[in-house]
Amino acid sequence: MRARRLIPTVYIIFLMLPIYWLLNMSFKTTNEILGGLTLWPQTFTLENYVTIFSDPTWYMGYVNSLIYVSINTVISVAVALPAAYAFSRYRFLGDKHVFFWLLTNRMAPAAVFALPFFQLYSAVGLFDTHLAVALAHTLFNIPLAVWILEGFMSGVPKELDETAYIDGHSFWSFFIRIFMPTIAAGIGVAMFFCFMFSWVELLLAKTLTSVEAKPIAATMTRTASTSGYELGLLAAAGVLTIVPGAFVIYFVRNYIAKGFALGRV
Amino acid sequence: MARITLDNLGHAYMPNPVNPADWALQQLDFEFEDGGAYALLGPSGCGKTTLLNIISGLLVPSRGRVLFDGEDMTTRDPTARNIAQVFQFPVIYDTMTVRQNLAFPLRNRGVPAAEIDARVREIAEMTDLTEMLDRRASGLTADGKQKISLGRGLVRDDVNVIMFDEPLTVIDPHLKWQLRSKLKELHRRIDRTMIYVTHDQIEALTFADRVVLMKDGGVVQIGTPVELFERPAHTFVGHFIGSPGMNLLPCIMAGDTAMIGDTPIAVANAASVKPGGALEIGIRPEFVGFADRGLPVQVTRVMNAGRYRIVETVTQTGQTVKLLASNEDEVPSEATHLSFDPAFTRVYRDGWLAGEGRGA
Amino acid sequence: MRKTVNQRAWLFILPVLVLVAFNAILPLMTVVNYSVQETFGNNEFFWAGLIWFEQVIESPRFHDSLIRQLIFTFSILAIEIPLGVIIALAMPRKGAWVSVCLVLMALPLLIPWNVVGAMWNIFALPDIGLMGYGLNALGFDFNFTRQIGDAWFTLLLMDVWHWTSLVVLLAYAGLVSIPDAYYQAARIDGASSWAIFRYIQLPKMKRVLTIAVLLRFMDSFNIYTEPFVLTGGGPGNSTTLLSIDLVKIALGQFDLGPAAAMSLIYFLIILLLSWVFYTLMMRNEE
Repeated sequence: MRARRLIPTVYIIFLMLPIYWLLNMSFKTTNEILGGLTLWPQTFTLENYVTIFSDPTWYMGYVNSLIYVSINTVISVAVALPAAYAFSRYRFLGDKHVFFWLLTNRMAPAAVFALPFFQLYSAVGLFDTHLAVALAHTLFNIPLAVWILEGFMSGVPKELDETAYIDGHSFWSFFIRIFMPTIAAGIGVAMFFCFMFSWVELLLAKTLTSVEAKPIAATMTRTASTSGYELGLLAAAGVLTIVPGAFVIYFVRNYIAKGFALGRV
Repeated sequence: MARITLDNLGHAYMPNPVNPADWALQQLDFEFEDGGAYALLGPSGCGKTTLLNIISGLLVPSRGRVLFDGEDMTTRDPTARNIAQVFQFPVIYDTMTVRQNLAFPLRNRGVPAAEIDARVREIAEMTDLTEMLDRRASGLTADGKQKISLGRGLVRDDVNVIMFDEPLTVIDPHLKWQLRSKLKELHRRIDRTMIYVTHDQIEALTFADRVVLMKDGGVVQIGTPVELFERPAHTFVGHFIGSPGMNLLPCIMAGDTAMIGDTPIAVANAASVKPGGALEIGIRPEFVGFADRGLPVQVTRVMNAGRYRIVETVTQTGQTVKLLASNEDEVPSEATHLSFDPAFTRVYRDGWLAGEGRGA
Repeated sequence: MRKTVNQRAWLFILPVLVLVAFNAILPLMTVVNYSVQETFGNNEFFWAGLIWFEQVIESPRFHDSLIRQLIFTFSILAIEIPLGVIIALAMPRKGAWVSVCLVLMALPLLIPWNVVGAMWNIFALPDIGLMGYGLNALGFDFNFTRQIGDAWFTLLLMDVWHWTSLVVLLAYAGLVSIPDAYYQAARIDGASSWAIFRYIQLPKMKRVLTIAVLLRFMDSFNIYTEPFVLTGGGPGNSTTLLSIDLVKIALGQFDLGPAAAMSLIYFLIILLLSWVFYTLMMRNEE
């Protein structure tokens, strides 16, 4: 029994090591970092964090990222809900093909779309806006959301719908007041995945922005290349990108085991 | 084959039980005889599954001992006790054929192949699985899968006792009867101790030679199905068993005679009733009839139950009394009287049968 | 579920179709457009037939990238899937620790991909990185910016660090859905731990493992950011995977024709391979 518990423990330690190293570095001055290897800061400093919180070029990066991620999550889940309902309850001409086509978009390499998106979004005048990134990410998030939601919806028997109509509900009244609360867990899972994917994606986010909607990821890469290695600052910025993710996981921790089953297991 | 003894057995799921309510199983002292067919019957939460798991070794009791043929097995593993268990839903190995499923317990014990083959065929014949032996187990219907579960329990010949935990739960109603008869037939054939847990009285009463009726972790009555029906030891037994359940009417004792209102009622245990406590008369609808004299009632409802009718009447004090009437009998439509068969009419004190056990 | 035939359902999926079509069909049309045309600047395009496709398919550069990509993808599949399953099996099925474990394990999955790359870049540096320094201190001559073997090692380790948790979470979800009665019956049947794994756990995990393999296959085949930030594709082009190469050609060199042709071929390859994977695994379920 003991040996068994060791496996997850060792794994978690392995996972925490690079994060600890990043944390470690974020509290040091760049001088100390370049001076040699120390396991914890000899001269503990909050300077890096202060810079990030006070310099708009830095903290706006986080704000921008949070903005487009939120927009994306809302859009993706909102349009996915009726679509998933249709796939779950109805048969219609081409339904299987459309569903499959949606999934193929999730498979698409982002690299293939980098240049075309750049041209497309510039052409419609959306270049360097939060909306652009939010919309671009829907290419991948909508299929995922539809897939997840359809799985959860199929677990709810049609009798629920029929009973609601007999009771006099209109479709939307039924959908919003009865159906959505029933699949609340599924909506949560879909939102989690949409948030997750949009938050972590860099290529498209960088390609479609330059100044106004610049995500934190882009700010970080700029720092590394132009002003030399400001490692402490970079590390602090990195640590701060982990924080929203940690928050989100904490909130959904009870659903993680179940939710990852995507309702289809 | 074994005699199973429960000695001062009790179990609480929480670490420090204080009140009786904390105990899932109250004090139990009971012996299952070798080769008997027993049913543990009771409503959900009465402790019957807890008891089953303690006997099979899947659970270690907080207090007391479990003995197999006198040997203390309380903390021993299920494999050491040589038991078999059939669960609520079929537990089969999906990737194996029916034959491989049945052979599995024997293979794990290193039984030679020829013997395995013979045993598997014997059990398949007993459980009507012979035609499906080489099919994938996952392809069978629910009752077929339960038969496989059962078969895996039967295939070992060193099995002391076979336990069933509500095995017919997922079976279609019209197949339940078939499977129940099969179990009864099997019991007669292989003569092994069988313990059957259920909340369904029909299953329990048709299967078992002796029924252990449980409630809230304690045993209310142990007896043959007939005993439980005709002579319930507690009003709960009267109410749980039988459909509709026993009629209960508050009464008083006037000297040696039981009275409901002004009507004297002849009861079987009048002499044993000690004073004090809440008194009720219990009589099953099967033993109530219309008469010219007796308890005055008014007929309120007649319900059709297929082969007979259930008549509801109400007394002058508003108590409901149910009785059965055949489809041909004439049911009086106005005020009439009821007579109770004295042999089956009894007084209950605080729920318990007066004059015995805790009603004494 | 009995589904009713209802052509009005198209209205429900209309918003989805509009958005995805905007993002998928329009750009893809552009890509197809470029892939069959040639330009000498001046915004003049003329039909070029399939020459870009031929050029890409025959180019050694593409072959190399493809091979590197295939090696990468199959390596990480071979490591992450078994590792994820082993960890999931080793985890307790109930209890307070489970939540804590799952939360910590999920953390790498929510770190922006560039931060993952940057984190590992720093972590592996020989002079200031814990791992780089440590490996050198142990006697290994480790330098991932100069030595190809070290670069690949770091790349694979980084991906394992990043994504194994996804497999763990999926496998774990499959495992906890197995009712206790199965384990109890196996105990009674005298089954060994290996038999329990083979006949109870593995079959029940099949569906989730299929999802895990498909997801990891697709995502690793499309990977861009993490390796780009970690090594930039180097040393030389030893870690230049398909996406990195494509972006170099498209956004770096602005070779629209070849980039477009390569994009289509790339997309086709992954569609084909995914379909093969999917069919194989679905057939296994029968």
